[in-house]
Amino acid sequence: MIDYDKVLTPTVRATPPSGIRRFFDIAAQMEDVISLGVGEPDFPTPWLVRSAGIRSLEQGKTKYSANAGILPLRQELAAYMQRKYDLTYDPEREILVTVGGSEAIDLCIRAVVAPGDEVIIPQPSFVCYEPLTRLAGGVPVIIETRAEDDFKVTPQQLKAALSPRTKALVLPYPCNPTGGIMERADLEALSEVLKGTNVLVISDEIYSELTFGRRHVSPASLPGMAERTVVINGFSKNFSMTGWRLGYACGPAPVMKQLTKIHQYAIMCAPTTAQHAALEALRSCDEVVAAMIDQYDMRRRLIVAGFNEIGLTCREPAGAFYAFPSIAVTGMTSEEFCEKLLYAKGVAVVPGTAFGKGGEGFIRASYCYSADHIKEALRRMGEFVRSVAG
Amino acid sequence: MNKKILSLLSQNARLGAEDIATMLGMEPQQVAAEIHEMEQSGLICGYKTVVDWDRLESAYVSAVIELKVTPKVGLGFEEIAERVMHYPEVEAVYLMSGAYDLSVMVKCKTFQQVAMFVAKELSTIESVNATATHFVLRRYKEFDVELTNSDTDDRGNYLL
Repeated sequence: MIDYDKVLTPTVRATPPSGIRRFFDIAAQMEDVISLGVGEPDFPTPWLVRSAGIRSLEQGKTKYSANAGILPLRQELAAYMQRKYDLTYDPEREILVTVGGSEAIDLCIRAVVAPGDEVIIPQPSFVCYEPLTRLAGGVPVIIETRAEDDFKVTPQQLKAALSPRTKALVLPYPCNPTGGIMERADLEALSEVLKGTNVLVISDEIYSELTFGRRHVSPASLPGMAERTVVINGFSKNFSMTGWRLGYACGPAPVMKQLTKIHQYAIMCAPTTAQHAALEALRSCDEVVAAMIDQYDMRRRLIVAGFNEIGLTCREPAGAFYAFPSIAVTGMTSEEFCEKLLYAKGVAVVPGTAFGKGGEGFIRASYCYSADHIKEALRRMGEFVRSVAG
Repeated sequence: MNKKILSLLSQNARLGAEDIATMLGMEPQQVAAEIHEMEQSGLICGYKTVVDWDRLESAYVSAVIELKVTPKVGLGFEEIAERVMHYPEVEAVYLMSGAYDLSVMVKCKTFQQVAMFVAKELSTIESVNATATHFVLRRYKEFDVELTNSDTDDRGNYLL
C-alpha cells in the first residue's frame, strides 16, 4: 500500500489547516446561529459589472487571454492606480492580472524566497503569508503589532526583525483582522529603515478602498519606494467580486517579468470573463463603490459603539471591514471565548489567534452584515459578557 | 432636512434615533429632532410594513388602471387626480407621460369588485374618456423588497 507520508513533503504535511474550520463546523450543526464570521462583502457585484461579464460570454470571449491579462484591463488598471493612489505603472511591463490577490502574494513570495531566506510578516494578519513562505522553503519572521500602536508596524520593530537573510517585508494594510492602516508618516518611518537594503516590500492592499474618512496611502507612492515595492490588489473586497477571483500585482519591470513567468507556467491566465467584468468595474463603478463604503462606515460605527457599550474595548478600525475588540474583561482566551459564545448564545466570531499568536485576547467580528443583524449579534454578545464577566 | 437619515429610514423604518445617531456620528437628540421636523413638515409622510399578501388565502386583488382624461381648463389634471385618489380602493395615483394620463393602483377583495369599481366609479367620471384595466397576477418585488426570495446568506465561513 502507498505510504502517503513518503509521498507528501514534510512541509506541506506540517502546514496547519485554517484555524477556524472547527467553529464553523459546530455552527453549521446548530440552529439559530448568527454569524459575524464572514470575510466577504454582503453586497452583490454591481449590476453593470455582472452584465459586462454576461455580455462578454454572449460575444464568445471565452478563450485564454494574454498571460498578463487583457491589455485594455491593464491599461485601465494603470489609469486607476494613477487616479486613486498616485502610482505610475507601465501597463505593458509592470502590471500582471492574477487569480485573486492570493495568487499575486504566492507569486511574489516564490519569486524572492530561496530555502532559508526570511520574510518579515506583521501579525495579526491574513492567514496566507506564513504558510506560503514556508512552502517556498522560507522562514517567516513575525512582527507582533500591538493594540497600543493601532496595530501598525513601527520602525523599531522593523529594524529588530531585519537580518542579512531578509528578502521581503509583507505590509498587509488596511489590515484584516485588526482594521489598522499605515498613514503616510508611518510609512515614511519604515522607508527610512529600508533605504539601502535589498528588501522587497510586498504590499497587500486588497482593502485599499475601505479606509474611512481618509485616502489610502500606498507605500509605493513614497519617494524611492516604487523600485522596491510590489503592490497587490484585487477586485474582491473593493468591488464586491470575491467569486470572480481576480487580482493584480504592480511593480518594477524586472520583478514583474519573473512573476509573469511563474504565473504563465502555473496558471496560464486569469479567467477571461472576470477580466472583462473587471474592466467595467474600473470604468464605471466609482459611485456604487462610494455607496458601499458609506454603508460599511455606518455599520462600523454601530459595531464599534456596540462593543464598547457591552464592555469589550474596541479601538476604531480605520480600514477593511472588521472590528477587533479586546475580550480581556472576560479573562478568557480567544478560543475559549468564541467556543463558549457559540454554545451559549449562538453567535459565531473568529478568535484573534486564528491570525497569529499576537491575536490572543481579541476576536474578529466582520461587519459585512445588515444593521439589524449586527444589532442582534451585539445584543446576544452583551448577555454573554454580562453572564461571564461577573 | 438630512438626506442620510432619510436614506436609512427608507431602508428600515424601524431604526431608532439612537442607532441612526451612532451610524452617522450624530447626537441622538439631534437625530430625533430632525426626524420630528421632517414628519411635521410632511417630508416624511408615514411608516408602513411591506407585506407579502399573496401568502394569505384571503389575498387582495390588485389592478393597474390606465385612464385617459380630458384635463380641465385652468386646473389641468389636478381636479381629476384628486377626485380619483379619495376612493378607499385606490392605493396610488400617478400622472404619466405617454399613451395615457393617469395610472391608478387599485386594491379590492375580488376581481368582481375591481371590475365594478372601474365600471361604476371611474368610467362614469365626466372627464374620463377611456380606461384599461390590468390585473396583477403575481408580486415579485415591492418597495425594493424581493418577495419571492427567502433571504438566505449563502456566503461560506472561509477564513479570509
